[in-house]
Amino acid sequence: MGLLTKPSGIKPTRIKGGLDNRVFDTVNMTLLLLFTVAIVVPLWNVLVSSFSSGQSLAQGGFVFWPTEFSLENYRAVFRDAGIWQAFFISVSKTVVGVSTHVFFCAMVAYGLSKKYLRGRRLYVAMGVITMFFSGGMIPTYLLIKSLGLLNSFWVYIIPALFSYYDVVILMNFFRNVPDALEESAKIDGAGDWRVFLSLFIPLSMPALATIALFNGVGQWNDFMTTKLYITDQSLYPLQMMLYEIIVQSQTQSMQNIGGSVVIETTTKGVQLATIVITTLPILAIYPLLQRYFISGMMLGAVKE
Amino acid sequence: MAKSALTSPDQPTNDKPSIGQRVKSFAIDYFRQWQLQTMVIPGILFMIVFCFVPIYGLTIAFKSYTVIDTLDSAPWVGLENFRIILSDRYFWDSVVNTLAISFLKLGIGFILPIVLAIMIYEVRYNRFKKFVQTVSYLPHFLSWIVLGGMMITWFSTTGLFNQLLLDLGLISNAQNILLDANKYWWIATLSDIWKESGWGTILYLAIMAKIDPTYYEAAKIDGAGRLRQIWNITLPNMKMIISLNLILTISGLLGSNLDQTLVLMNSQNREKAEVINSYVYRMGLAQGDFSYATAVGLGVSIVSVILLLTANKVTSKMNDNQSVL
Repeated sequence: MGLLTKPSGIKPTRIKGGLDNRVFDTVNMTLLLLFTVAIVVPLWNVLVSSFSSGQSLAQGGFVFWPTEFSLENYRAVFRDAGIWQAFFISVSKTVVGVSTHVFFCAMVAYGLSKKYLRGRRLYVAMGVITMFFSGGMIPTYLLIKSLGLLNSFWVYIIPALFSYYDVVILMNFFRNVPDALEESAKIDGAGDWRVFLSLFIPLSMPALATIALFNGVGQWNDFMTTKLYITDQSLYPLQMMLYEIIVQSQTQSMQNIGGSVVIETTTKGVQLATIVITTLPILAIYPLLQRYFISGMMLGAVKE
Repeated sequence: MAKSALTSPDQPTNDKPSIGQRVKSFAIDYFRQWQLQTMVIPGILFMIVFCFVPIYGLTIAFKSYTVIDTLDSAPWVGLENFRIILSDRYFWDSVVNTLAISFLKLGIGFILPIVLAIMIYEVRYNRFKKFVQTVSYLPHFLSWIVLGGMMITWFSTTGLFNQLLLDLGLISNAQNILLDANKYWWIATLSDIWKESGWGTILYLAIMAKIDPTYYEAAKIDGAGRLRQIWNITLPNMKMIISLNLILTISGLLGSNLDQTLVLMNSQNREKAEVINSYVYRMGLAQGDFSYATAVGLGVSIVSVILLLTANKVTSKMNDNQSVL
């Protein structure tokens, strides 16, 4: 960093700057530290609360460590068959959704990345329109309904197959692959599909991984799709299950202010444990995400 | 087979080909490229079905559509739905709430990521910098449902928040502020800021990383302190990206986060929590008044586009007539 090397020979500035700098750094870093504390402490509090017994949850009064450690919340959650079902739905919609989305977008992007593609200008114009205009909630709902996708697992997958944003990112990436590679493959008799599948897919892993990760987080965290199109409880993912628990516990805490504490704390404990279970996969891939999101930003920043 | 065969125009360039010739050459090229076309066509079909059909579906805003109708059998009613909107008190309540929350988010939530990015940029210890970034990006990846659940824990009468205020002696008895309608605007704003302001620094940091370090060295030799350097070097270099973000934020003033609203809204705070989006959701999907809800949504989108264009015009004036978009 250029900032660290101080110019020598200009003493007055240096001494004054030195003190100023130290004050600045101290204030700056203290404020940032407070900011991180404001993020970490509440999150930590949720984690320890989830390992707290119902009794100590009801009393409250702890921040960093529960007054009584217990696994009862998790036991209660895992006893319920619903959570396994919801976990299965969450995992399968994420896995199936991400892999189909990435493949579909890559396929379209590969075709569109060729300047000599016939009809390309029309296709790109259509794509750009979809970035700026949409029918909105109700017309989309009516469409999904008329396609028979209400209360179907495929509503998680099919409408999420395609995103023109991701296509643009991949198109830019494909363009940067040297033409010579493709030409030599074609001389060897490979067709476009072959070139795409055996050459471009392996070469584009970093870009595909970025899109897969972000799409995966989106799929995992998505709750609106369920809220809008699914009423069948066996198709609820974790997020929707958590939402139901939250609504239920909110209603309860309003009904019995000072009333039956037992019911309230059980729901509260279940809610906390479900929160932790729902968040765990995100935390597990967080280091990966961090590695890719900077590169992802850069990919997105390149204009067509 | 080779690519060049596909790129070279089939007809001589000196005289204009007739329509027939052009269609023919298009068809020949098209079939020669069948492999590429089979890759693109599914995407085109997708866009037609999932984007253009709903756009056509917007016409029900001008119709009286009920569950027994199909899109085409519903009778036209012209601007009737829009006339009802103008005198719908609940709609205007939701507009007030949406704007109040959006402006609070704009006022605080827009500035904070800029300040935060500059603060992070100014840290000279890379380990500490990395740590702050790692922590501050994390909440972005939590879903609103998860965060809503966490907030219920923090703000419950026995939770972290009340405990803290009691210990500091700021309040005398605990209360659940999530049930207090008068605090909802602030809760929505501050929780959004807590979640997104760290993530919001990423773009700014990426831009700042590109600033030429010799600017800072020169400023230092001239005796400029750190704040001076920030004011005179860092901020001017971020002018474009800040304007761009501002335009996007302004065009989104009438939108709001439906996930957040649905998870934080309850029967106690509904009057202050209902925003346009959730109103559309309630009117359309809960009450089945599809035409009316679509009309509300369409009206809001039109206003949003006008806001976008206006904001673009104003900021491009400020940026010496360079359009940001």
